[in-house]
Amino acid sequence: MEISCPKPYNEYDKIVLAHGSGGRLSNRLIHDIIISVLGETYIDSAHDGAVLDIPGKQAFTTDSFVVTPLFFPGGDIGYLAVNGTVNDLVCCGARPLYLSLSLIIEEGLLISELVSVISSVAKAARIAGIKIVTGDTKVVEKGKADKIFINTAGVGSIPEGRIISPHQCAEGDVIIITGTIADHGISILSTREGLSFDSPIRSDCTPMNEIAELIFSVTNDIHVMRDPTRGGVASALNEISHTSGKEIIINESDLPLNPLVKGACEIMGFDPLYLANEGKLLVFLPGKYAGRVLSAIRSHPYGRHARIIGKVTGDEPIVKMKTLVGSTRIVEMITGEQLPRIC
Amino acid sequence: MKYIDEYRDPDIVRRVAAKIRDSVTRQWSIMEICGGQTHAIMKYNLTELLPPEITLIHGPGCPVCVTPLEKIDKALVLASIEGTILASFGDMMRVPGTSSDLLRAKAEGADVRVVYSPLDALKTAIANPERKVVFFAIGFETTAPANALALIQAARMELSNFFLLSSHVLVPPAIRAILSSEDTSIDGLLAPGHVCTVTGYDDYIDLASEFNLPVAVTGFEPIDILHGILTTVQMLESGRNEVENCYSRSVNREGNPHALKTMYDVFEVCDRQWRGIGLIPGSGLAIRDKYSAFDAEKHFTLNNIVSKEPEICIAGAVLRGTARPSDCPAFGISCTPEHPLGAPMVSSEGACAAYYHYKSQH
Repeated sequence: MEISCPKPYNEYDKIVLAHGSGGRLSNRLIHDIIISVLGETYIDSAHDGAVLDIPGKQAFTTDSFVVTPLFFPGGDIGYLAVNGTVNDLVCCGARPLYLSLSLIIEEGLLISELVSVISSVAKAARIAGIKIVTGDTKVVEKGKADKIFINTAGVGSIPEGRIISPHQCAEGDVIIITGTIADHGISILSTREGLSFDSPIRSDCTPMNEIAELIFSVTNDIHVMRDPTRGGVASALNEISHTSGKEIIINESDLPLNPLVKGACEIMGFDPLYLANEGKLLVFLPGKYAGRVLSAIRSHPYGRHARIIGKVTGDEPIVKMKTLVGSTRIVEMITGEQLPRIC
Repeated sequence: MKYIDEYRDPDIVRRVAAKIRDSVTRQWSIMEICGGQTHAIMKYNLTELLPPEITLIHGPGCPVCVTPLEKIDKALVLASIEGTILASFGDMMRVPGTSSDLLRAKAEGADVRVVYSPLDALKTAIANPERKVVFFAIGFETTAPANALALIQAARMELSNFFLLSSHVLVPPAIRAILSSEDTSIDGLLAPGHVCTVTGYDDYIDLASEFNLPVAVTGFEPIDILHGILTTVQMLESGRNEVENCYSRSVNREGNPHALKTMYDVFEVCDRQWRGIGLIPGSGLAIRDKYSAFDAEKHFTLNNIVSKEPEICIAGAVLRGTARPSDCPAFGISCTPEHPLGAPMVSSEGACAAYYHYKSQH
């Protein structure tokens, strides 16, 4: 009679706690799944950390991503996790260089879903031209996370002559938005709530570094750039207004809106000014460059719908809007989450 | 967008506003009853387009705002019962109860879910047969028929785990109460277009003749509202105390008989407490005895919950139209949308929140 021990399983279709134990399964998860899918976008220094040699001024930023659902029309959490950090670097005037990638995975996540997410990380990194140089993976018990949380931190170098900051906001500045607003917010909300429209509303999730470089090819004299993510355009404008102490006036009729997004907002009772964007920039710049910068932005596929939406008009920290019907009102900061209205 | 953009056309807005200016010869106070109208007035700052003779008074038609404190406290108790799922419309989540709100209850572990329709709550009950699902049924005659329909379906399916915490209210009795109070100064009314879509406007014809004032059944887009105001002003100026339907693309005199039949099949008229206003006879809808198995207040023990509103809040005066939100000492200081003391600061349809967001915070 031959005695044999039951062999442990090595093949899993779902993440189990042992994938985070530091042992063989962890190793396989990191090398066979994550690093292999990241491909050439990952620089493996086989070390405890990455050693970077970056001359000059740098920007450094971090962001965590906890979006539900993981997959939505136009992107997923992996794509978002790279683009979110890339766009924050871009808003500092930086060219994105290096990224860290940390995953907190809830046990039970399908390996196939993880592979999709990491593929999107690689795709976004390739498009943005950023390299992933360090990372971490943890697995937590069921219920301790929601499928997967991702943190990325990014470093970029700021070329000489660029000083981009909300403090630079100046009276007379013209404000450009690089495209339609609220696409990401409505894409997520309609997917989450199971609301379907004739065609799915796609998130605008994209890296903005190419558009930023097109802007800087016209002039380095850009005062503020901001990606209006959570809280939308209204909150971003309020932050800039309060930081700089300047009055901002926007025109409601100039806000670019995808008709599908507009329809969804009407049905659900949401104000597009407060919904998230993940592939848009607000650009504040002296009026004399506005025309050329607008043309430069519109020459890029992600910038076709760019518009001038308003200007900086005075020395009071307030955001106002000329409404569609010709009156003027205040645009406040968002309060908590937007909640669907009863009727 | 068709049927929306036409009603926001700036040229037509200007023309109607000019007509209002041309028609008015003296001071008039007009109450827009519905919170949706208040929201649109603030969002488009329509008061800026009106002549100074017109004063708009913001009525009690925000269902979230008038839901009594006690019902919120009951919802909070229900949410805290182990195994219960409380389903609610989104804008009830932040409404302050005596010591908490549903968002906080959720953060503390209660299973509170935002739904878009009572039928979503019904689906939750079907999908979770081992759990008790309570739908927080609030609103005016607009939401009551759909909520009634959910109960009828639950009864048909013989569900034993679906309940309504009903806090439905009726508009005409509240308007009657406001117009009967001594401190009222209302010359004309904009009747709520969505409510009238369901109920028709016979009740408003009664109000017009009872209180000798004109009523315009009014919609929610800028041109709808200005059209309602213009019509009311013209009736006031010519001394006609009639009802005119300015929202005929949605409202007819009879309303929607199917919706009304469904509503009164499940609900019967009862006396109801209004937050900030008090008890108004015949102003609520209670679940009829034949559906009492689905009545959360009968199934769960909630009788011992008695609540008292904060004294500083002048929500009552705001909802009656005798004070403006900015008259309140707490407005924008201790009462903000982040920390609302009273319900009109919570919902985007509440007069205080609309003032805070779109007008002036101090």
